[in-house]
Amino acid sequence: MYFIKRILFLIPLLWLISFLAFLLVHAMPGGPFDRERTPASPEIEHHLLAKYHLDEPILKQYGRYLNGLLHGDFGPSMKYRNHSVTDIIAAGLPVSLSLGVLAFCFSMGVGLPLGFFTAVHKARWQDYLGSLAAAVVICVPSLVLGPMLIMLFAIKWRWFPVALWASPWHVILPTLTLGLYFAGRVARLMHEGMLATLHSEFITTARAKGLSETSILLKHAFRLAVLPVLSYSGPMLADLLTGTFVVENLFQIPGLGVSMVNSSLNADYTMVVGLVLLYAVVLLVLNLAVDFTHCLLDPRVRYE
Amino acid sequence: MNERLHLSPNQRAWRRFRRNRGAAAALLVLLVLIALVLLWPLGKLAPAATVLPKAMTHLPDSISDTPFAPPSWEHWFGTDAHGRDLLSRVCHGARISLLVGLVGAAVSLVIGVLWGAVAGYGGGRWDSVMMRFVDVLYAMPTVVFVIVLVTAINAKLEKWQAGPHGLSERHAQLLQMAGLFVGLGAVSWLTMARIVRGQVLSLRRRPFIDASLVLGASHARIVRRHILPNVYGVIIVYLTLMIPSIILYESFLSYLGLGIQPPQASLGSLMASGAEQINPIRIYWWLIVFPGAVLALTLLALTFVGDGLRDAFDPRGES
Repeated sequence: MYFIKRILFLIPLLWLISFLAFLLVHAMPGGPFDRERTPASPEIEHHLLAKYHLDEPILKQYGRYLNGLLHGDFGPSMKYRNHSVTDIIAAGLPVSLSLGVLAFCFSMGVGLPLGFFTAVHKARWQDYLGSLAAAVVICVPSLVLGPMLIMLFAIKWRWFPVALWASPWHVILPTLTLGLYFAGRVARLMHEGMLATLHSEFITTARAKGLSETSILLKHAFRLAVLPVLSYSGPMLADLLTGTFVVENLFQIPGLGVSMVNSSLNADYTMVVGLVLLYAVVLLVLNLAVDFTHCLLDPRVRYE
Repeated sequence: MNERLHLSPNQRAWRRFRRNRGAAAALLVLLVLIALVLLWPLGKLAPAATVLPKAMTHLPDSISDTPFAPPSWEHWFGTDAHGRDLLSRVCHGARISLLVGLVGAAVSLVIGVLWGAVAGYGGGRWDSVMMRFVDVLYAMPTVVFVIVLVTAINAKLEKWQAGPHGLSERHAQLLQMAGLFVGLGAVSWLTMARIVRGQVLSLRRRPFIDASLVLGASHARIVRRHILPNVYGVIIVYLTLMIPSIILYESFLSYLGLGIQPPQASLGSLMASGAEQINPIRIYWWLIVFPGAVLALTLLALTFVGDGLRDAFDPRGES
């Protein structure tokens, strides 16, 4: 019941977001046609504005946009004239999506075991080494990690291609660049969660019952210790799936992160609002899924 | 033993912090780093004909005719595309990056604490309206926000500069930097608001607040004397962890060309210009490795200090 209510609540929320985003981009100084190569004559500019209905009052423009949205139309891009926003998203989303999923799997695959392992060996050298590694990868921005990987593995040793998005071989360096940071974050959260859980009373009970240490750690503790990672994975996955500018730009990957930044810089109104909405939908749906999973994993949690 | 009972919670936290060797070491590293960054180049301090090696005397803006020199005895970090000494540029950039992190965090602190405290203390309808607003902002990508905000501020500045009163170059630069601080702070206050609101909400229900109200204390006094002092610990901890993320965000903006403008430099803009120099023929690794390493070291020290503070302020930590 609670979740049905929340799903219904998404609709006004998304509407509000679309409205705010629409106002925000239109409040930006300059318009989408300011960066044309030659300064357009007043007539041409007037025609352009009229064609995209930019000469109308803002609320009327928003009404028109919303009407299109309800019919599944995100409108035309104002920068790339022959493409609709839907086209551009349809072209970029699969790329960003696959890179995001790969980076997500990588960060979970590395982060969860690392956090688990360091927490189990608390205050021993394994812990210090592993926790230091997790902290270090968080502190090295992809702007440094990416170029370093390219210089070493692509230019110096020529093991991997420098850039582009073609074969599975092209995927490895971007996935590492993107995934290592999140692996560090996941490891730290898992570490904290595990330490907090191992102090709780039900673990003492399980020990008193004489269960094996493996079963206590994996079956009882892990299930609750993973909850902080779970809450973090919603926003993290939303960021990863909708594309990340630095990595896409470094490796020349045609994803949505680049579109998000460029459209904001170019004041490509429809494109920005479309991408903001896409991000919002992904984030809100993921957060819903996260809360639902939370309920399944932790029987103490009840939502009303 | 008895002496311990007389300590305030903050004094006890400071004690626990000092006992945490990792965090204390990180604090030391951070302080040394800050001192070095502020004082470099050391040649400026000493009288001209002293025994300092030449590498310590380069100024960040002095152009030489040896571009892209690899690290050597004369230039410990090598030189950049204009032959400028990278070490002194990195120190200069680190100064700005730290400043950006501190001021940006302060801006988001003010907004976040005010917003969270008002929502949490006000409760009821106020609370839900204010927190729904935070939810809506959360669901928007910060990239778009920051770009819109910073370009709007820059456009305003350009207009002023061209206007009749005409800002001087230096003032415009300072204002641009201030705009960047505000922009960074304005997009990172959301989590702070949520945390503070949660804390305030739970404090508000405690009996001592009611007692205070019954004794005739005003709401402003209660917030100032009873609520905020109880939230300080959480705020300080979160603040130390926020500074690194703001420094990182500035480096991202510099990569977009929206951050610190040349001839000023931040660690982010140095890394960004290093990343531009990647080509298959020559590898100028020092351009990216050194600024990156200094950034990573700073962030790492800040993170460990933050972790230490969090453990120190955690009431469960006392044994």
